[in-house]
Formats: sequence, C-alpha cells, structure tokens
Amino acid sequence: MMRLRIIIPALAAAFLAFSPLASAQAPAPAATPAPAAQAATPAPAPPAPAVSAPAQAPAAPAKPAAPALSVIAISLFGGFVFLTLIITYWAARRTHTASDFYAAGGAITGFQNGIAIAGDYMSAASFLGISAMVYAAGFDGLLYSIGFLVGWPIIMFLMAERLRNLGKYSFSDVASYRLSAVPMRSFAAVSALVVVSFYLIAQMVGAGQLIQLLFGLQYIYAVVIVGVLMILYVTFGGMIATTWVQIIKAGLLLIGATYMAIAALAHFGFSLNAMFDAAVQVSPKKLAILSPGLQFKNPISIISLGIALMFGTAGLPHILMRFFTVRNAKEARKSVFWATSFIGYFYILTFIIGFAAISMVGQNPDYLLKGAVRGGSNMVAIHLAHAVGGDVLKGFVSAVAFATILAVVSGLTLAGATAVSHDLYANVLMRGRATEGREVVVSRIASIALGMLAIVLGIVFEKLNVAYMVGLAFAVAASANFPVLMMNMYWKGLNTTGAALGGWLGLVSAVVLTILSPGIWVKVMGHHAAIFPYDSPALFSMPLGFLGCWLGSLLAAGSASSRAEESRFEALYIRSQTGIGAEGAVTH
Amino acid sequence: MDQLVTPNMRDNPDFRELERTRGRLGWTLTAIMLVIYFGFIFLVAYAPGLMATPVYGSMTLGFPLGLFVIISAIALTGFYVLRANSAFDTLTARIVGGRL
Repeated sequence: MMRLRIIIPALAAAFLAFSPLASAQAPAPAATPAPAAQAATPAPAPPAPAVSAPAQAPAAPAKPAAPALSVIAISLFGGFVFLTLIITYWAARRTHTASDFYAAGGAITGFQNGIAIAGDYMSAASFLGISAMVYAAGFDGLLYSIGFLVGWPIIMFLMAERLRNLGKYSFSDVASYRLSAVPMRSFAAVSALVVVSFYLIAQMVGAGQLIQLLFGLQYIYAVVIVGVLMILYVTFGGMIATTWVQIIKAGLLLIGATYMAIAALAHFGFSLNAMFDAAVQVSPKKLAILSPGLQFKNPISIISLGIALMFGTAGLPHILMRFFTVRNAKEARKSVFWATSFIGYFYILTFIIGFAAISMVGQNPDYLLKGAVRGGSNMVAIHLAHAVGGDVLKGFVSAVAFATILAVVSGLTLAGATAVSHDLYANVLMRGRATEGREVVVSRIASIALGMLAIVLGIVFEKLNVAYMVGLAFAVAASANFPVLMMNMYWKGLNTTGAALGGWLGLVSAVVLTILSPGIWVKVMGHHAAIFPYDSPALFSMPLGFLGCWLGSLLAAGSASSRAEESRFEALYIRSQTGIGAEGAVTH
Repeated sequence: MDQLVTPNMRDNPDFRELERTRGRLGWTLTAIMLVIYFGFIFLVAYAPGLMATPVYGSMTLGFPLGLFVIISAIALTGFYVLRANSAFDTLTARIVGGRL
C-alpha cells in the first residue's frame, strides 16, 4: 500500500515530462489546447490564438493574457494530490488499527456519516458537471441540482431506517433476503454493473478533461493515464473508501467551492441581479438563460428526468452501503439529514459558480479556444477558480476535484467488482462453493476489466456533459433497482418471478431507451434523428419496472415457492421496523 | 435470527403504534415532497413563461422557487428527524426491551 502512494505522485511527475512531447505530435483537434503546452516551461506562453468568442461584450475585463498552463498551478496540483494521498494513507491506517472500527460503536456519528455520504455523492462529476450545465443552459442546469437533492428526503422517509434495521449491506443482500438468491443476485449484479459503468464514464470524462487541461496532453492520453492510475489505486491493496477519507475530501471540496462562490459574488458586489445581468449581457442566448427551455426542449423530457433523479438515488448501490456504517436507526436518520443539508448547500454553490462563469469565464479569451471553453465544456469551474483566485486556487480546486474523482471511482469500482466476484462468481456460478482466495482473484480481474471498459467508454463519450451522464446512471437505478427494493420492503405479494421480471424489464428498457435517445443515438453515434425522442427514459421504464414486479408476482402466485416467500415477508417486515435480530450484523 | 420474530408481534400494541406512526409520518412527508418537487417540475415543463417572469430586478420566478424546493427538502428531512428521535426510538426500545 505504501508503494502505491509513491507510484501515484511519480506518475503525476511523469505527466510533466510527457506533455510537450505529446502535444508536439498532435496536430490539435478542436478540443486540445495544444498551442499552450509549452508553458510547462517557465517562459510565458504565447497569447492564445485568435479567439472568436461569441461573447465579446464591451464590459470585458481587460486582463493581461495569463498563460493557460502554469508551473504554479501544476506544482500546487501535484502538491495537493500528494497531500491528500498522505491523508488517505494516514486515515486508512487509522481505520485498520481500530480493527472493528464501525462495530466499536459511537466512533462514527450520524454527523460524520452524513458528511461521508455527501462526499460520496458530491463527486467531481456533479461539481464540474452541474456548473458546466448551468454555464451552458442557465436555468435548466438548476433542474439537475434540485433533482439530485430531492432523492434524499425520499430515502429518509421510506428507506434509511428500515435498511439499517435489516442490517444487510448491499442491494443484492436485501433482495435475496426473502427471495430466491440465484436469480436475484444475477439481476442485482448486472444492474449494479450497468449503473456503475454509467457513473464511471462520467468520472473518467471529468478526470480526463482535467488532466488534459492542466498538462496539455491529448484527451485520449489523459484518459488512458487516468484509467491506469485508477486501476492501480484499486487493485494494489487499493483505497477502501473509508468514512474518514470521504469526510476529508468532502470538507476540502466544500471549502474550495464556498470560497469560489463568495469570491465570484464579491466580483458582482454581492448582488445576484448584477450577476444575472452580466450573464444576460454576454451570453449569446441572452434572456433565455434566465428561463426554462435551453437544455430540455419538451415537457416530457423534463418530467422524465425529474423522475429519474428523484427515485434514482435510492437505487444506487454504492450509496445504499453507507447506511450500515452507523450504529442504529437513529444515527442513520441523522446522517441522512446532514447529508441532505451539505448536498443542498453544495448545489447552491455550484449554481452560483456556473452562473458567475457565464460572464467571468465566457468573455475572457484566456479561457476560450475557438469560441468554446478551453479544455472541454466540463472545465468551467476550473477556469472560474483561476479567475477568482489565480493559479493557487486553480491548483487547489483541480487537485481536490481529481482526488475526489479517485475516491469516488475506487468506491464505484469496488462496488462493481464485488458484484462480479461475490454475487455472480461466488453465489451464482459456484453456488456458494468458491474459496475466499478465488473470490479475491476474481474481484481483482473484475476491477481491471472495469477500468479498461471505463477508459474505452470515457473516450467514446468525451463530448457529453458529465452531469448528463450521471443522470443516465440515475435513470437506470430508478427503473431497475428502485421498484424491486420498494416492492420487496412494502408489498407482501412480491415473489421471485415478479422481482426478476420487473427488475430485468426496468433495466433493459432503461438501457435500450437511453441508447435510442438524442444524447447517445445522435450526439455519440452520429445518426440524424433519435428513435426515442426524450432525454431521459425513466418516465416509461420505471413504471415498466413496477408493472413487471406486479404482473410477474401475480403469474407465479400460489406456487409453493412464492407462498414460502410471502411467509418470509413477515420476518423481513418486523425486522425492518424494529431491528430485532440485526444488532450484530454490522461488522464491515 | 428469524426465530426471534414471534407471530404475536403484530399483537404488541407498541409495535402497532410504531408501525402506524412511522408509516403515517413517512408517507405524509413523502407526499409533501412529491407535491413540491413535481409541482416545480410541472411548472417548468408546462408554464415556462410563468417561470420566466421577472420578480426582482432581472431575477425570474424560477430561481426563488428552485431555492424553495432545495430548502424544503432540507427542512422536511430535519422535521422527520425531530419527530422520529422523540417518538420512534422510545417505542423501539420498549418493543426490543420487552422481548429480551
């Protein structure tokens, strides 16, 4: 593990040596900031090439052209990433010495777990993605911040305490508690893999563009390097996403974003209206950025996205796991409250950051290349950090964003790898006869495969907004996992046939409709018109999931196995209400 | 573990009380949240003109309404915690304690 902490900074240093070479070979496709790559040397870079920004308002602040790449930003980035790795190492050791950390009781409070949940949730994708969405679409970006938040009250009111009381620690454990294990685990594993993959792509694109921007690498190299780093991070002893690590990362991200938002507001004399006016003045879309309609052209898309975001949170495999790190239902409750508060606060900040950037980034030629945001559309927040805090803040924010991505990705990869090794391999393929050693080997192989898949998909999906990608993960979770989880906990009549039919129907329909939607079918695959005209599938696929659960259960009702499953509902119900029998279940 | 759950749990008045109050509180707050959120979503979807009405300087109606959704999400979870901490845990302790 120690060795790994040295490898990563070493690789980061290798980027430095790499960058002039890589960009010298590259005749610069549109999104590559090649001309500025030489700035890795102390000499100031030549001024950015003729920028035909659409927004050359008379009020443009006449700043001297700062180099797009700076030694200060890069060394700060290296320093901060190194520092977070040391903290990670320290936190991981601390966790290991207190051998039964969570079960020790009282060590993790609801407040701490709440920040940790927020840390898992405030991935760099939502930081970079939502601010970029607000930058591009104004008001419509707000729909994402609100949607990502409102899933939490639902989790609180209907799930958190009951899940904690059950004392199971993953979606597939809960699903196979009263239903037949093999079909349920197969479904849960495949569904977890799909959700994790969409989420991973978003993080890969964010991290790839960040490295591309900072080091002037071509995007494709940046993604490969990020992917290799992630595989190393997870496979070689890897970082377990411990609660402490998430707390530290969330704290740093909150501090950085708070400073950025306050500094940006100060730029407008702490007047939101001055910020809005400046944005309207410079934006090519003018007043339209203050009203709905730039991102979503039709009402059905908006409602469908709203459903996906609200109900998707409850179906995310890596989020559900966090409810079992606290002592009891009371602490689970408190942690959801704190998580909701921090996430809500954070999304208000990202909104201010995105809006301030419309005038502060969108009309400064240093941050633009051929009229588009330098380094890709997701890099708006990084440029704003430079605009309000210079190289120091840019280095700090980039490093925190990158470290957050590493932490989130390792959590996701572990969740995906566990789905393969524990559910698919040990329980389905070997029917519980696999040795622990073999399971570990399978899990390592699965992490490597997932990392390679993430690299390939990260390259394919380069141009997409990362908040949009995360939205797709939510749509799948809302359509496949959420119906099964809800019906399993609340409806006695659910049996294995119903859960399997509903789960697979929700999963397959969500994925197929996503592929046929404008975001993928037209923007990624290059077809002329989308077969499925709406941006999010959940309005159709989530009801299909519930319908399948109900219909399948009716079809199989009365069989001996489904009668046994119905009778086991009583035990699950009483346990989920009271926690009886679950006291000792939290040992991870 | 399962054998701990006795069939007469449903007859335990404390259990019935817990089940009833938690169910009522949870579903009521869920309904409120759904109405607030989907009310906002439907306004955005079907009354974009209304959401674009300036209310204070150039700020349009959509922004304060959006902020209201965020704040109500936090407030509702906070309200649930307050109610739950005072009511559910006592009942649960009585149910579990009464069994041991």
